[in-house]
Amino acid sequence: MLSISNVDKRYPNGLLALAGLDLAVAEGEILAIVGGSGCGKSTLLRLISGLDTPTAGTVGLDGTPVREPRPEIGLVFQEPRLMPWLTIDQNVAFGIRHLPAEEQKARVSETLARVGLASHLGHWPRELSGGQAQRVALARALVGRPKVLLLDEPFSALDALTRGDLQDHLLDLWAYDRPTMILVTHDIEEALVLADRIVVMQPNPGRVRVEVTPPLARPRDRLDPEFLQWKYKLLGELDHASRPPTGDETFPAGAI
Amino acid sequence: MSSVNTVAASSPEAALPSRGFSAKWLIGFILPVGLALAWEVVVALKWADGRLLPTPSRVIGTLVGLARTGELGGHVLATLQRVAMGFSLGVAAGTVLGAVSGYWTLARRLVDPMLQALRNIPSIAWVPMFILWFGIFETSKVILIAVGVFFPIYLSLSGAILGVDRKLVEVGRIFRFSHREMITRILLPATLPTYVISLRSGLGLGWMFVVAAEFMGAEEGLGFLLVDGQQTGRPAVILASITAFAILGKLTDWLLASVSARFLTWQDSFRPAE
Repeated sequence: MLSISNVDKRYPNGLLALAGLDLAVAEGEILAIVGGSGCGKSTLLRLISGLDTPTAGTVGLDGTPVREPRPEIGLVFQEPRLMPWLTIDQNVAFGIRHLPAEEQKARVSETLARVGLASHLGHWPRELSGGQAQRVALARALVGRPKVLLLDEPFSALDALTRGDLQDHLLDLWAYDRPTMILVTHDIEEALVLADRIVVMQPNPGRVRVEVTPPLARPRDRLDPEFLQWKYKLLGELDHASRPPTGDETFPAGAI
Repeated sequence: MSSVNTVAASSPEAALPSRGFSAKWLIGFILPVGLALAWEVVVALKWADGRLLPTPSRVIGTLVGLARTGELGGHVLATLQRVAMGFSLGVAAGTVLGAVSGYWTLARRLVDPMLQALRNIPSIAWVPMFILWFGIFETSKVILIAVGVFFPIYLSLSGAILGVDRKLVEVGRIFRFSHREMITRILLPATLPTYVISLRSGLGLGWMFVVAAEFMGAEEGLGFLLVDGQQTGRPAVILASITAFAILGKLTDWLLASVSARFLTWQDSFRPAE
C-alpha cells in the first residue's frame, strides 16, 4: 500500500506546488493522475519516487517513509533518458547491476522480449525510433520487478498510433507482475483506457479536485458510448480545474 | 534522445574510425605541398634568394642529413620523452582536479578561483621559478609542459561535468548509484567527447611548451636544435626542426584521435556531406 499523507511541497523559490495532499493507492491498482500544466502532478510523482522530499507530510510505502529512491519503486520519465554510450541491453541492465552477469543477461533478454525488442539486443539508442526508445525505458524500469511503477507522461511525445499501441502493451506488461502503477498524464483517453481510478488535480496550489472510478469493463473500447461519456465528463472537470473557482462547478469536488 | 554533449572532435575526420588510406586523405596534402612547390619555383626562378627561407628541398635534405648521422633521432627521442612525461603528468592532474571540481561544489569553491587566477599567468613566466625550484635539467622542463597541458584539461572537464544533462543524472539517482558509479557510469562517459577535445588541445600545448622548455639550457631536443640553428646561422636547420615538430605534432594528434574515436562510436553527431 502506498500512502501520501497531508503532503506539502514548497520549492526554494517560494512556489507552493502541492498543499495538503492525501492519497492512498492499493497494491496492484492502476491510478491515473490528470490535470493541466502546473497542477503539481509531476512534482507528486517525484515525491513518490524519492527524487524529491515533501516540505511537510509523508509519502510511505508499506508503512515505511520514502525519502530517497528505492529499488521497489521504478520510474519511467517523459523522455526515454537512455544513456547514448550504452547499448540498449546495457541500459536495461542498469536496474539489476548487482545481480550475477548471467542472471543479468537472462533478465534483460526476457524483459526486452516482453516489450517487443528481443531482436534489438546490442543496438545503440540512436538506432531506435521514439516509441522503441520509450519501450527500452519501460524495460529498464520493469527489469528490477518493482512493486510500484511510476510513469510520468511516458507516451506524450509519441504519435497517436504508437501511443495507442504502447498503452495496450503497458496493460499486458502490468498483467505479468501486477505492480501498483501510477500514471501521470494530460491525456484523458489514456487515463480512461489504463486506470482503475483517476485523480483530477487542480493548480494553485496543486491539490486533488476529484477522484473517479469509472465502472468500465476491460478491455476498454475508446469508441464505446459509455467510455466517451466518461471522457467528456472528465474533460469538463479538467476544464473547471484549470479555471479560478466560481462556485458553479459541474461536479461537487471530491466525488462524481 | 538525451542531450548529452555530442561535440565532435575539433578535426572530425581525424576522430572517425580509420577507414583505410583513401584519396580523401590526400586532399590535406594539397595546400602544404602546393605552397612548398610554389616556394621551390620562386627560388628556382631567382625571384627570391632562399637564403633566409631555404627551399623545401634544402630543408628535407637537412632533415635527411641529420637523420643519417643519428643526430635527428636523438633530438626527436629527447623531445618525445619530455612531451610524453609532461603530457601524462598534466593529464593526470587536470583529470583528477577537473573531475573533483566538477563533481563537488565545495571542492570547486575551494580550488577553482585559485586555478583560474593561475591560468592567466603566462606559463613562460614560471620558467625562472621552475629553474630555481627544480634545477635546469629534466624536472623543470617536464613540469613546464605539464602546466601547459593541465589547464585545458582541467577547465574542459570541470565545465563538461557541470554541463551534463541533469535528466541523465536523475536516472542514476533512481537506480541509487553511488558517487563512484555516478562518476564512472554517467559523468565520465557523458563528458568523454569534450574530454577528448581537451586532450588534443592539451597535447598541442604540450608541443608548444616543449620548445619553451628546451630553450632552458637543454643539450638535446628539437628545441635545442632550433636554437642551435639560430646561433650558428643555419636557417635550414631551424626549418628542419620546425618541420619535425609539425610532423610529430600531427602524428601524435592523429594517434590520440584514432584511439579515442573507438570510444566515441556511440555518438549520433553531425557528419557534413562529402
